[in-house]
Amino acid sequence: MSEYNFAYLDEETKRMIRRAILKALAIPGYQVPFASREMPMPYGWGTGGVQVTAACLIPEDRLKVIDQGADDTTNAVSIRQFFEKTAGVAVTEETARASLIQTRHRIPEMPLTEDQILVYQVPIPEPLRFLEPRETETRKMHALEEYGLMHVKLYEDISRHGTISTAYAYPVRVEGRYVMDPSPIPKFDNPKLSDCPAIQLFGAGREQRIYALPPYSRVVSLDFEDHPFEASKADADCALCGAGDSYLDEVIVDDAGGRIFVCSDTDHCRARRAAGHLGAEGAPYEEADA
Amino acid sequence: MEVQLLSGGFADAPVEGARVFRAVMQAMARPGRIERLEGARPPAPMSVAAGGVALTLCGPDTPVHLAGALDCAELRGWLAFHTGAPVVGREAAVFAFGTWEALLPLSGYAIGTPDYPDRSATLVVEMDRLEAAGMRLTGPGIAGMSALSLPEVTAFRANAARFPLGLDFLFCCGDRLAGLPRTTRVEAG
Repeated sequence: MSEYNFAYLDEETKRMIRRAILKALAIPGYQVPFASREMPMPYGWGTGGVQVTAACLIPEDRLKVIDQGADDTTNAVSIRQFFEKTAGVAVTEETARASLIQTRHRIPEMPLTEDQILVYQVPIPEPLRFLEPRETETRKMHALEEYGLMHVKLYEDISRHGTISTAYAYPVRVEGRYVMDPSPIPKFDNPKLSDCPAIQLFGAGREQRIYALPPYSRVVSLDFEDHPFEASKADADCALCGAGDSYLDEVIVDDAGGRIFVCSDTDHCRARRAAGHLGAEGAPYEEADA
Repeated sequence: MEVQLLSGGFADAPVEGARVFRAVMQAMARPGRIERLEGARPPAPMSVAAGGVALTLCGPDTPVHLAGALDCAELRGWLAFHTGAPVVGREAAVFAFGTWEALLPLSGYAIGTPDYPDRSATLVVEMDRLEAAGMRLTGPGIAGMSALSLPEVTAFRANAARFPLGLDFLFCCGDRLAGLPRTTRVEAG
């Protein structure tokens, strides 16, 4: 551990990121530019989230890292080990025990508390980017609160598919002002963004932007009166733990098209099985060697 | 005197800086909440909390304004040694330190532009007392309502009305600190 400065980054870089985080909290949903650094992992692996985490981490923290809800995927494991090595912090897979959670594309099923911080990895922070490629223009659109184009996009969804087909990175409006990309979380998670007791921070490394939601911010998913927002999920129960209310991943289990649905949040599923819940395909829970 | 300039920084900068920032972030994210900042020992009349803010957030890229009694040789020297932040007039300041009376009027500070509302000053206000009582606060970061002993109401209401432009505030008293971002709506208690 002594080979690295605490939490890897040098102090001048942390100061710069910390200033950006404070301005991001002061202007909820606005993307603050920051001088993103090269990290010892490729863009797309969460370099933005890693830099935000590094700037926030204290030695007393217990860190949890998830990738699509799972603690045991390559991205999550490598980032967790990175901070174990460079910051010497404790880690956990249990949502309830974590003080700082870095996430890629999910919000944990368990409601967060005031004592927690959620850091999102963001690939494309600009919600208007695929509608307007020029940064000069999207910046102007945010300044003028000109969000008509986003509603046209959602309307085209309806006219083409009969319903708003956007299923992830579903745009939200923060405190009645900025339209924000909640990162590619499924729209099932969108309601959890609003009125959340935890601080939510978003870091985009390649795109060099940091934005934030202070606790208890009002976050509304864009919709129409006659086509209200709907937080959807696969219409099934988890095959392992039987949960009917958690977000599900579809898993192909054979070459004949067989498939099951399992909780995307691995800690949620494990905790439920440990508590005795059993799904259609689940085996009784056995304590794993830690 | 020169020895005093060189001392008073963090004993373990990465770790103490991290703890101080965490407290400042919580204060800014939850207006009305009072946090404790330890580790910095700036020369008088700067408070421990304001010194912690300077050590954690200020650097060569952030021009700093020292208002009133804080604009003294000891503090200029201490800031220069520990942060490298240039001392400037209020128009160019990213951070401004001083008592409320010394920092006034608020019209001189950068409030950002419609394209870049983040390019605005943060005012670090030295207070004689700081309590979670007095003016009523509502807005993002606050569950329902909170309270803070602010120096006045009108200035903060005018500041909030300019959202997304505006100033952000950190109030310091001894080793205690509270935050007030531009989003907070302030009413007389």
